Amino acid sequence: MTPKRKKRLILILFLVAGVGTAVGLLMYSLSQNINLFMTPTQIANGEVPYGRTIRAGGLVVVGSLQRSQDSLVSEFKVTDGNAEVTITYDGILPDLFREGQGIVAMGKLNRDNVFVASEVLAKHDENYMPPEVKDALEKAHLDGKEALESARY
Amino acid sequence: MWQWLKRLYHRLGSPKWFYEITAKWIPWLAIISVVGCVTGLVLGLLYAPADYLQGNSFRIIYIHVPAAILAQSAFMMMAIAGAVYLIWKMKMAAWVAKVIAPIGAGFCLIALFTGAIWGKPTWGTWWVWDARLTSMLLLLFLYFGVMALQQAMDSEESGFKAAAILALVGLVNIPIIKYSVEWWNTLHQPATLKLTEKPSMHPDMLIPLLIMIVTTYVFFALLVILRTRNEILWHERKRSWVKDILEP
Amino acid sequence: MEFNSFAEFIAMGGHGLYVWLSYGLTAVVIAWNVAQPVMRRRRLLKEQAQRLRREKKHDAKA
Repeated sequence: MTPKRKKRLILILFLVAGVGTAVGLLMYSLSQNINLFMTPTQIANGEVPYGRTIRAGGLVVVGSLQRSQDSLVSEFKVTDGNAEVTITYDGILPDLFREGQGIVAMGKLNRDNVFVASEVLAKHDENYMPPEVKDALEKAHLDGKEALESARY
Repeated sequence: MWQWLKRLYHRLGSPKWFYEITAKWIPWLAIISVVGCVTGLVLGLLYAPADYLQGNSFRIIYIHVPAAILAQSAFMMMAIAGAVYLIWKMKMAAWVAKVIAPIGAGFCLIALFTGAIWGKPTWGTWWVWDARLTSMLLLLFLYFGVMALQQAMDSEESGFKAAAILALVGLVNIPIIKYSVEWWNTLHQPATLKLTEKPSMHPDMLIPLLIMIVTTYVFFALLVILRTRNEILWHERKRSWVKDILEP
Repeated sequence: MEFNSFAEFIAMGGHGLYVWLSYGLTAVVIAWNVAQPVMRRRRLLKEQAQRLRREKKHDAKA
């Protein structure tokens, strides 16, 4: 490689490394703003001001969904494994809304620490499988649980 | 090995050699593209089972994921070609970078469109400003920026140089796209296909996806070759070997 | 085969609109991607051949 070419190569490497570092630092300092939603832990810690529109996300707690008899209002809890927050929503829940699945809700936290959502989006995970496999997995899981439970007695 | 690579590199720098050798490759690349696409889509659309959660809408994956992967790979190749041009002043590299830009932008557009359409029935929204979607949109704008710079300058050479620098700077966005779903919380789920782990997908669904990904790379190679040959014809139009092609 | 009839295949379990819209848009982009270089090649070969002929005529006159 001629010295001139070597110089250009080094210049380019410096350019990419420099921009990379700058963007990396920027991303790091902005990481709170880049996150799409707040977690139940953050809400429980009081990091979320009352009355400000934010997004909250987590897994819907199994057995927590309550639908109103005469309106679209529904109430459910979401968790991040650490803390829980109650969400109420007046509207049609997305097709993929399931207990145990992830959701992201946009809305405001009221004084009773209930999150009043104006929009609920469903998250899904990176696993793809046919229904039979899912059923088999669940059955195996349940069987395993039962076996564990019966083993205790 | 090193000597062989060096020889290949010098040959690739020769427009005439490239033009002549690729003439033989085109039919094969076209056949593989068509056969791969038909096989992948028949398996993916007809034989893959529906997803337990998403039902049949998950079949959009067979275009969304290959397009998204390719949009990112193409950007990296474009940046590398740009660097080769900046360092060694190889004209062929500049032409390859030039032809990759609109192809990559096309795949990026496909990824964004199909993602939005897929998002509606699954997430409940077309678009959300999460880190993955936003960084992918930035990739599209980077492609547009590169294309604009290639044409904006007075001399073609300075346009290629400016575009190559933007492509190299834009390279920073690629790891951001890839890791956005791990570094931050997003609506988009983490990657299904990982190099280091087993894919979290049933084999009957996975095989068509892998076929589509490989096919997309072959098809991309075909498109790059077709367009690069046109660039060669145009830039070398005054050379005697091109005149021989024009007047057999 | 996952579908029992053609109508079922088109319906995609109620997601037909989304699936076929995705595939349709992709087909448009792919078609343009193939057509563009093929048409440009034809135009290039024609124009350059014309230019060559013109230049030859010009040379012959001179």
